[in-house]
Amino acid sequence: MNDTILDVAHMTMRFGGLVAIDDLSFTARRHAITAIIGPNGAGKTTVFNCITGFYKPTTGMLTLTHEDGAQFLLERMDDFRINQHAKVARTFQNIRLFGGMTVLENLLIAQHNRLMKASGYTFTAVLGLGAYRRHEREAIDLARHWLDRTGLLDRADDPAADLPYGDQRKLEIARAMCSRPVLLCLDEPAAGLNPKESEELNQLLLRIREEAGISILLIEHDMGVVMKISDHIVVLDYGRKIAEGTPQQVRDDPAVIAAYLGVEDEEVEEVEKRLEGEA
Amino acid sequence: MAATDQAQAPAAAAQPARSNRVVAALKESAVAALVAVALSLFLLGIRTVDAPGGLQLQYRWHLVLIAAAVVFAGRFLLRLLWWREENAGAPPAVAALGKAMTAFAERFGRFAAPLLVAFAIFLPLMPFADRYIMDLAILVLTYVLLAWGLNIVVGLAGLLDLGYVAFYAVGAYSYALLATHFGLSFWIVLPLAGILAAFWGIILGFPVLRLRGDYLAIVTLAFGEIIRVVLLNWYEVTKGPDGITGIPRPSFFGLAEFKRFGENTFHEMFGIPYSPMHRIIFLYFIILALALLTNYVSMRLRRLPVGRAWEAMREDEIACRALGINITNTKLTAFAIGAFFGGLGGSFFATRQGFISPESFTFIESAIILAIVVLGGMGSQLGVAVAAIVMIGGFELFRQAEEYRMLIFGLLMVAIMVWRPRGLVSTRMPTVFLGRKRKGISADYVQEGEG
Repeated sequence: MNDTILDVAHMTMRFGGLVAIDDLSFTARRHAITAIIGPNGAGKTTVFNCITGFYKPTTGMLTLTHEDGAQFLLERMDDFRINQHAKVARTFQNIRLFGGMTVLENLLIAQHNRLMKASGYTFTAVLGLGAYRRHEREAIDLARHWLDRTGLLDRADDPAADLPYGDQRKLEIARAMCSRPVLLCLDEPAAGLNPKESEELNQLLLRIREEAGISILLIEHDMGVVMKISDHIVVLDYGRKIAEGTPQQVRDDPAVIAAYLGVEDEEVEEVEKRLEGEA
Repeated sequence: MAATDQAQAPAAAAQPARSNRVVAALKESAVAALVAVALSLFLLGIRTVDAPGGLQLQYRWHLVLIAAAVVFAGRFLLRLLWWREENAGAPPAVAALGKAMTAFAERFGRFAAPLLVAFAIFLPLMPFADRYIMDLAILVLTYVLLAWGLNIVVGLAGLLDLGYVAFYAVGAYSYALLATHFGLSFWIVLPLAGILAAFWGIILGFPVLRLRGDYLAIVTLAFGEIIRVVLLNWYEVTKGPDGITGIPRPSFFGLAEFKRFGENTFHEMFGIPYSPMHRIIFLYFIILALALLTNYVSMRLRRLPVGRAWEAMREDEIACRALGINITNTKLTAFAIGAFFGGLGGSFFATRQGFISPESFTFIESAIILAIVVLGGMGSQLGVAVAAIVMIGGFELFRQAEEYRMLIFGLLMVAIMVWRPRGLVSTRMPTVFLGRKRKGISADYVQEGEG
């Protein structure tokens, strides 16, 4: 029981006349890695933006359940509250770091709300009262932990924009983890990584799931990453779910093959019929 | 055969290349001269003079010709002798100066600030510190305070505020009205004026929350003008253009007055002969203390979560939202705290002048304060202080050349923005370190913010 962390029910997102997501329903299991895949323009990032509050879905219900049973209706929450209270953290397809600030500062900003409370909402800390220093040391320790995990410890005092591309991706994940999430949403974390870095990323994500007990929602194009580490895959095409299942099931699904590779002329009708049947 | 061709080619090409350069230089100089003519046609060429029948035009075409000739010759020589493609960018001397300044700031920045503070504290004791110098020092420090206040909004939070003078005005009128109507003392009204200005900061903040960049700048500019126009027209309260006179001077912490005669005078309390300088020096120390308070608070805030959130917001607002930072609150605190210090400055201004009118709070004041922040290097406390000294002190230095000082400062600003586009001190100091080496961050990485 209570092993569903995220339940997306009948979510539709319209931009004017364009239906970006059409009646999408899926669930993500706790302590599992769920991947959302699909061709370009299938609406994957839109799903993420709805989950993390950057868009408000036109219809539908997104329920996030914590381990203690606390439930959050994400479609009704402001974006920053989703991170603050529902504990959903995300990364971006085009990396969004605070480039002019050091790696360590990036990780401290991720702990803003905790530190803000510790600083007495600035009032006590500006006067030098309260236990802010202790809390900041704790925050630095957490940052150090994730820097160690991502192998960035020796770059802690360098500006984030100075890191190589692969390290910037890792830093973004470390930063998201520093906000102590229960659900980590990664938007194409392997984009632009070489095979070695991609393998390191796999290990990092698996360790995050094992050690921190965190559920991961993943958008990815790199099938090497998706097939190796996902527990569950949701396939989108033109904003609709066309398949769902384990990596093996998805790999063999004719609708998925059709969406990615196209189909022979004579098979078109057959596939369309199948799709209609599912819908 | 081919080898000899190649060997001869450069020698043969050198001749046309040189004449090409002369032709190109001539062309450029002609264009520059034309621009000079267009600029100076009305500025230099025509002048209005008083004549018996009223104003008359006096033509001075020879000046236009001289200007054009100077520009032509100057540009031609520059282009021919030293402005080549290969050394494009800043002239070597300026580039070296810039580098030296950055290196100097990095190495001696730690000493520069305490030295400046020590100098400021002992300034009244210096032999050259006469009435004029002290008045100038008070003026400079007022701008240092205002620029440090604005630095929170523009430099740290990256919100371009063109109406900062509004908060200065709110502070000044708060003190003037509360003191003249209710007889409240400066020391009580000072924090009150700051708080009132901070409220205005929040009131301004709400409508501009969704605006970014140019739009934010325009609305803040309009807000500054609204405050001034209200002060000008609400005659019953503000006495409009007549201003408020007889604003009380600050007392010596309520213990003594700076008067020649009467009870409780400062000089009798300390048993020293009366001097009008006492009050000036006291005012000087008030503004010095207020400026240092501003500096201390903003340095401290930078190292607290709220300050880091300001800077993060300047770097990337969307990432901030994804990390659970409430952008509304973060922006409003930046506006409010910046405005608070503007209010303190205004309240001091009112008590120093003894008279205020809306004329003191025009847009040019906002522009000067913003120019100080930009020249000093957004976000840099030391750079801003130096820029305030250079700007305001420089204005005074060129007082003799009254007509040309705006021109001189325009040139200076253009030069600085060409060669040091991120201000005098452009490196950003991180707020926290893991290791031992403390290194600044080059301005190339730091975002300027877009509101």
